[in-house]
Amino acid sequence: MAVTQVFGARVRRREDPRLIRGTATYTDDVTLPGLCYAAFVRSPHAHARILRVDTSRARSAPGVLGVFTAQDLEGKVNSIPCGWQVPNCDLKTPPHPPLARDKVRFVGDAVAVVVAESRAQAYDAAELVEVDYEVLPAVVDTEAALQSATLVHDDVPQNRVLLWSVKGGDFEAAAREPGVRVVRQRLVNQRLIPNAMETRAATAQYNPGTGELTLWVTSQNPHIARVILSGVLSFPEHKLRVIAPEVGGGFGSKIPVYPEEAVVAHLATRLARPVKWAETRRENYLSTIHGRDHITDAEIAVRPDGTVVGLRVRTLANFGAYLSTAAPAIPTILYGLVLSGPYRIPNIDCEVTGVFTNTTPTDAYRGAGRPEATYVLERMMDLAARELGMDPAEIRRRNLIPKDQFPYTVATGITYDSGDYARALDRALEILDYPKVRAEQAAARQQGRYLGIGLSTYVEICGAGPSKVVGATGFAGGLWESAVVRFSPTGKVTVFTGTSPHGQGEETTFAQIVSQELGVPLDDVEVLHGDTDSILMGWGTYGSRTTPVGGTAVYLAAQKVKEKAQRIAAHQLEVSVDDLVFENGRFHVRGAPDRGMTIQEVALQAYLAWNLPEGMEPGLEGQANWDPSNFVFPFGTHACVVEVDPETGQVRILRYVAVDDCGRVINPLIVDGQVHGGIVQGVAQALWEAARYDPAGNLLTGSMADYAVPKASWLPHLECDRTETPTPVNPLGVKGVGETGTIAATPCVVNAVMDALSPLGIRHLDMPLWPERVWQAIRQAKGGAA
Amino acid sequence: MIPATFEYVRARSVREAISLLQQHGGRAKLLAGGHSLLPLMKLRLSQPEMLIDLGPVDELRGIREEGGSLVIGALTTHDEVANSPLVRERVPLLAECASQIGDVQVRNRGTIGGNLAHADPAADYPAAVLALEAQMECEGPAGIRTVPASQWFVDLLTTALGPDEVLCRLRVPVQTLGQGWSYTKLPHPASGYSLLGVACLVTVDGGVCRDARVAVTGAGPKAVRLAKVEQALVGGRLDEAAVAEAARLASDGLEATDDLYASAEYKRHLAVVYTKRALLRAVERARG
Ligand SMILES: Cc1cc2nc3c(=O)[nH]c(=O)nc-3n(C[C@H](O)[C@H](O)[C@H](O)COP(=O)(O)OP(=O)(O)OC[C@H]3O[C@@H](n4cnc5c(N)ncnc54)[C@H](O)[C@@H]3O)c2cc1C
Repeated sequence: MAVTQVFGARVRRREDPRLIRGTATYTDDVTLPGLCYAAFVRSPHAHARILRVDTSRARSAPGVLGVFTAQDLEGKVNSIPCGWQVPNCDLKTPPHPPLARDKVRFVGDAVAVVVAESRAQAYDAAELVEVDYEVLPAVVDTEAALQSATLVHDDVPQNRVLLWSVKGGDFEAAAREPGVRVVRQRLVNQRLIPNAMETRAATAQYNPGTGELTLWVTSQNPHIARVILSGVLSFPEHKLRVIAPEVGGGFGSKIPVYPEEAVVAHLATRLARPVKWAETRRENYLSTIHGRDHITDAEIAVRPDGTVVGLRVRTLANFGAYLSTAAPAIPTILYGLVLSGPYRIPNIDCEVTGVFTNTTPTDAYRGAGRPEATYVLERMMDLAARELGMDPAEIRRRNLIPKDQFPYTVATGITYDSGDYARALDRALEILDYPKVRAEQAAARQQGRYLGIGLSTYVEICGAGPSKVVGATGFAGGLWESAVVRFSPTGKVTVFTGTSPHGQGEETTFAQIVSQELGVPLDDVEVLHGDTDSILMGWGTYGSRTTPVGGTAVYLAAQKVKEKAQRIAAHQLEVSVDDLVFENGRFHVRGAPDRGMTIQEVALQAYLAWNLPEGMEPGLEGQANWDPSNFVFPFGTHACVVEVDPETGQVRILRYVAVDDCGRVINPLIVDGQVHGGIVQGVAQALWEAARYDPAGNLLTGSMADYAVPKASWLPHLECDRTETPTPVNPLGVKGVGETGTIAATPCVVNAVMDALSPLGIRHLDMPLWPERVWQAIRQAKGGAA
Repeated sequence: MIPATFEYVRARSVREAISLLQQHGGRAKLLAGGHSLLPLMKLRLSQPEMLIDLGPVDELRGIREEGGSLVIGALTTHDEVANSPLVRERVPLLAECASQIGDVQVRNRGTIGGNLAHADPAADYPAAVLALEAQMECEGPAGIRTVPASQWFVDLLTTALGPDEVLCRLRVPVQTLGQGWSYTKLPHPASGYSLLGVACLVTVDGGVCRDARVAVTGAGPKAVRLAKVEQALVGGRLDEAAVAEAARLASDGLEATDDLYASAEYKRHLAVVYTKRALLRAVERARG
């Protein structure tokens, strides 16, 4: 087959047929001889002292193999550690017992675990475990937590998890500058539930003969899970194998190591039988992490000409009941450091207070900190424009970092590698036909219709990252990636990656990289991931890092293969290495195209090892570890047009335009898919999704009948376009694109709705913009009568 | 999300289903499409000891015309109602209502009998059958009886159906010439049920409203007819102003409950807005 340009081609995802046809193997599909099933007994109270746990009835229920409480796990399953201990913020890390010991701290906190022959028997018996609780007052409200007499953890005063700040320049001085106006707004970024299509699950098998413990688990980062679990279980790491088989989405919720996984792994050794646990959707809502949940007081200081001179932000972040694995980083470094967005803002002052509450723990959710920061910034830009009577596009353009100023260091200390922000803004306005939609808006207003136009310009910081930089931020690991590219004797290629894609399509894009570099047919490249036994190391798939970091490792490994192959070919063709040209998968002698060898022929020779250069080892594979020198900085502009129904408050999105720049594009189809999904999740936060608790800490949105996951039919056609500014950070020139949509879309839609309502004098409404909230605001603006 | 243990039997006839219900007292439940019952069982809010599957009972299927009414078997799925040429021609209001229930999966599995027997306060059919003045035909140990829609909905999740009775079919009077209709709803953003839904049927003759039937679902514990709106419409001309004026009465005395997405106050307001919108659409159709 003639190898064509595969890098940049709209290749269909090779993952999809098995996902669509139901032939993929998820953790819950792993079946093993003698498998038994676990079910957790969960607290119905947000905060209560455990007085007594009586497991006797459950123990004698049909099929039950064992019932275990915190006492039974004493010294066997240790506290679940926090993996990102952000320094200089007085971080409190109270213990996180795998099963609640003295107190339960949120509805859904696990108190006991039942193992039975069948899943149904396990759930039946779980209902028979009797727990006597002394119900305590619950701290549910984020703002009340600091003042509350009730402490979620006795040794954490004021329920304060951390107090973190970043400061660049002098906001106060900037705000005092003559003529500068300071616009203030309080912004609530509501709590969300990640809703991966596959709920969490774990299947563990212990082999008493070899002493090996294998855990199949819904993880975005099996290697990290192995490191942490070896500590939690005091189990030698080399005897522990963690496999993330097919994983049905994560959005960050499968980054953490959770109590259930540790307990299930332990039970497999204890019972010497394989044990499986698969979360129900209800458990998923209660005990898998939630995201966002900030309350922010923001101030933006702006000159009369629209130049932004400062941003001050005071944020309260709700951590829930325990510190989840990466939680401390989310509202701090992944939030505060990115507050400058795509703008030159010389003075930034951000202070974040984290609190514990009696709610489900929070952690990374698609975008993780960056959507929250972008929301604050983009809302404040609009409010500043409104204050000055300026066009929202104009105020943005005026403050964007010019393309000739890269690398550019923002006030929070981060250095952006490259960008052409104005170009993306211009392109989005062009697609939208901005002057025309503004004219339509004016005409609609004459007819009493409320059309709004929203913009959001953003820069994302992703592709983590330089290990020593993330190490300095308290991350208990590195963030490099490793890859192996291996030829088989018959000329097929297997790629091993330490990243752990779970829906993003890297089996396809990584194959494209290798196919392009080695000139082999795409179908001859297999990409394997998600098994700690198959590769040196992997730090996982999240933070839009898989392609910029893991893809680069694959690219570099392929280069090593190519170099070795070239040396073998040169040796066998009896020319010098420099005399060979590599084209379409074949080495040939420069100037003599018929004297050559295909790379598959070279691979066979490498395995036969009959005639290799002196001292060369047989076999043909390349291994590379890549630690990037910087993060990558995708950017773009999103724009939308909405119409608000003034009678009901319903918001309809009429148009949505996205111009993103993720550097070089390996597969436009996949990039579009990532952008589409991201936009939908971002729009959903603006308009529909919200996790709600009652004052006692019960989750009111405890099922999909109550929590509004978006439907495809609610969105218009998404008009996606791109600019392409390759990053110099990696040889592929690629940036991440997994989160851009989510980051940009939320403020874009809220800005549009506020623009629609501006004739009524409505400045700001908090999300989600449920119809009633919008209707009430309209009614009030009109003076009470609807 | 894992139901408690239950026994499962497939009934072969209505009589068999009734006798099974009698044998097992309140511990057995009939199963139709399962789209209301199974979610409750998975949350263990309902723990029947036995499910009697009506699936094999052919006498509960089918749509036919009989003496000025459509007779619709209880097991008819929402999708069948929405797409049946007979329903679309004779009782288009019912088809329009069915087409707005849930999503494709729900419409493919859920049945009209199950929907009406369950009487969810936010379900769509209740408003439509009230406006259409349909009759529910039930069979119990004492034989067959017919309950008018107006007496069917008793309270939240409660109907006139007796404990050992099976809802067998509906008799829905066919719509006549000059009747305009509409089913209009604001879907609940999460469940798809009606945050508020309005069904209406207006008969216009010579520009004058001869008959008007308006029913609302989603506001309170059960669907209700809006008698005041109907009275204000009948005998008048149905221009936009008159319709808006009448619709204003929709909230008058309307029982409404607060929920997460909509306060009682907002639902009353929606009742007015959706009544107006549904009526305007119906009037437009009545004009042909
Ligand atoms: C995601 C989702 C979205 C939905 N959205 C909507 C919506 O937008 N609008 C709407 O109206 N509904 C909606 N529903 C409910 C759906 O329409 C159900 O199908 C319907 O309410 C129940 O019908 P069923 O056939 O599934 O009944 P089942 O669930 O099988 O039974 C419901 C109850 O009725 C009893 N029953 C069933 N058949 C009979 C009979 N013939 N005689 C006596 N008793 C009987 C059962 O014993 C049970 O108590 C939704 C459901 C789901 C899961």
